[in-house]
Amino acid sequence: MSSVQSPQSVRHIAIAGNPNCGKSTLFNALTGLRQKVGNYPGVTVERKVGRFHGSHGEPMALLDLPGSYSLQVRSPDEAVSRDVLLGRQPDTPRPEALIAVVDASNLERNLYLVAQLLDLQLPTILALNMIDVAEQNGIRIDVEGLSRELGIPVIPMIASKGVGLVELKQALSRATLSAPAIRPPMPEAMENEALELARKLNVPEEVAFPEAVLLLTLGNEALATLAENDPGTITETVAAQGRLREQGVEPLSTLIEARYAWIGDLCARVVKRLGGENAALSVSDRLDRYLTHRYWGWAAFIGAMALMFVCIFYVAQGPMDWIDAGIAASQDWVQNTLPEGEVRDLLSDGAIAGVGGVVMFLPQILILFFFLGLLEDSGYMARAAFLMDRVMSSVGLHGKSFIPLLSSVACAIPGIMATRTIENEKDRLATILVAPLMSCSARIPVYSLMIAVLLPASSAWAKAAIAISMYALGTFTAFGMAWLFKKTLLKGETPMLLLELPPYRLPSMRSVITRMLERGGIFVRRAGTVILALSILLWALASYPKPSQADADEGLALANSYAGRLGHLIEPTIAPLGYDWKIGIGLIASFAAREAFVGTMGIVYNVEGEVDEDATPLQETMRKEVHADGTPVYTPLVCIGLMVFYVLAMQCISTVAIVRRETNSWRWPLFQIAYMTALAWAGAFIVYQGGRLLGFQ
Amino acid sequence: MKSTAPLPSLETQPATRLSELAVGERGKVTGFDAASYDPGRLLEMGVTQGATIEAVRVAPLGDPIDFKVRGYHLSLRRREATAIYIERL
Repeated sequence: MSSVQSPQSVRHIAIAGNPNCGKSTLFNALTGLRQKVGNYPGVTVERKVGRFHGSHGEPMALLDLPGSYSLQVRSPDEAVSRDVLLGRQPDTPRPEALIAVVDASNLERNLYLVAQLLDLQLPTILALNMIDVAEQNGIRIDVEGLSRELGIPVIPMIASKGVGLVELKQALSRATLSAPAIRPPMPEAMENEALELARKLNVPEEVAFPEAVLLLTLGNEALATLAENDPGTITETVAAQGRLREQGVEPLSTLIEARYAWIGDLCARVVKRLGGENAALSVSDRLDRYLTHRYWGWAAFIGAMALMFVCIFYVAQGPMDWIDAGIAASQDWVQNTLPEGEVRDLLSDGAIAGVGGVVMFLPQILILFFFLGLLEDSGYMARAAFLMDRVMSSVGLHGKSFIPLLSSVACAIPGIMATRTIENEKDRLATILVAPLMSCSARIPVYSLMIAVLLPASSAWAKAAIAISMYALGTFTAFGMAWLFKKTLLKGETPMLLLELPPYRLPSMRSVITRMLERGGIFVRRAGTVILALSILLWALASYPKPSQADADEGLALANSYAGRLGHLIEPTIAPLGYDWKIGIGLIASFAAREAFVGTMGIVYNVEGEVDEDATPLQETMRKEVHADGTPVYTPLVCIGLMVFYVLAMQCISTVAIVRRETNSWRWPLFQIAYMTALAWAGAFIVYQGGRLLGFQ
Repeated sequence: MKSTAPLPSLETQPATRLSELAVGERGKVTGFDAASYDPGRLLEMGVTQGATIEAVRVAPLGDPIDFKVRGYHLSLRRREATAIYIERL
């Protein structure tokens, strides 16, 4: 397959490799911010395409295939990689050339995927990445020898520093880039059966052989699933497998062992370990002595997590205040500049407020993504999963679920986007479904307000104790629901841990920042549109029908609006929780964002001036608020019940939008809203009614 | 080519399981207890017959265990390591 290309056409290149081999760093180094991220149709796998220019300036499109250990599929990610490479993915053309990225300090295992890639007979270049780490660990690789053994060009690289990029582009642009000169050896019996099977397959000729090989190595379960669609092919495959077994050749294991034998041999020839097999402990090993140590490991872990939170809560505060001021300023400008009327109000109170709602999240989200990027690229993320796996697997989750859940204590949005690293689909879904239960920072204003109403004079300790109980409730519920989901809805075999602890490395700032901006952009584009639309809707509900002068004077504007009517409408359903229709309005407004509760209640109770959770006028007003019969509305039980409601309820359209994006369907976000609303109602009910039964107020 | 023996021969001695390796000890993989799960993925990750595997450390909570195989670190849960047979080196 020669690669003559016309000057104008874009060449489609794919980049493949194991997880942790620096593939993303290389992708980012080549394409910078010229990336487009979406989803493959029908699956939750992300599709990332970027553009760059070859060394003659020719345009190239680079498809970042999900990290895989093998083309023999065990996760949706690997399925996509395989499908794209075999030209089975309908909307993605089969790549014309392949960059196979390997971690030089871990060559043997990385070459396993490469052996499978060579079978595809696509023009391939090996990016021998992280040679600096390899050299530090005393590993010397004979690059020319490796190139000869594999039959493809090999480019030594340090993607995080940009070393080797020029040579890589040159190799890609070379007209002589062609299919690999070598095919990894295979037991003869298998090769014959594969060739036979290939002839009978109904696929394009250039992929027939690799397709046949993949079929021959499938287990019975996978074959049974495929048999529904393509019984003829499967019958042939099973027959071929039978013939091989008769000759004492077990298809899957024999092939894998043959490949590793080949890899082992060639590595013995081209890889030299200074200091022999048992070379001195690498830098990573020495670091791990402390970082996974019984005491020091925990200290480091807690320290790292604490640092992350401090940054989010304190460092983000400044930018958030600026954004707040900016929003207020724009709103004022619109009010002062435009003529009075619907459009002006729509713009300032609906649209700008809505946009403000989106942008307010950005400082926290960007900071979290920055930290997550550092953790992942440095290799520490894997250690966190290693430390926490015991706890996570007790509820059926994977150690990798820990950091997404922990991040959700700041904001569920980056937490949910971080679940991308969890390979098992069911584990990933379970984590996404329970992440919003981990009391996020948006709940803090609600907690503060309710605690202040409940205990105006109490010490800070009492207040802190209540707040902490709310966090604990959220966390336990999250783990409990995860356990429940894994046992029922998302039941499946618990997959093997298979966690790799990659060598520690200095993260590439450029790559971390690129990814941070990319994720932030996804949030703004995906969630932004949904939030804006809903904010405008909520504004309309609260502003229409337009109040009469009498109503406006008495502060009844909100009460008689559609939002107010909705509040009355849902009153019967929230009365068992001890709430009235005014609280109902607060709950409705909170559907968009939790912290809206505070501002909304300020409007409902017609409190003058600037209203936030520390505003004593609001607290006073709420404490004095009574029902028609004179009993107070905000009794202790109502306050606590309301807090419990907020712990358990799904009240964030941004999160809904992100869950929709990450799961690529509306089914899961809608289910999430349903189950969490039910939980919240039940929780508040138990607190209120249960408390009353016990004689409390 | 010889196929992978799913179970070691029980007439000789009780087989050592990977989970029994103490930290710092090394072993050679001799087989898998296929009844527990599908060994395919382990094979692809380089834990093949005859491969050398070393127990490097145990997580502070007792599980999982970090092993070194083919030059890289692979963590397995104790119950997963129980299904891999080895010969102590």
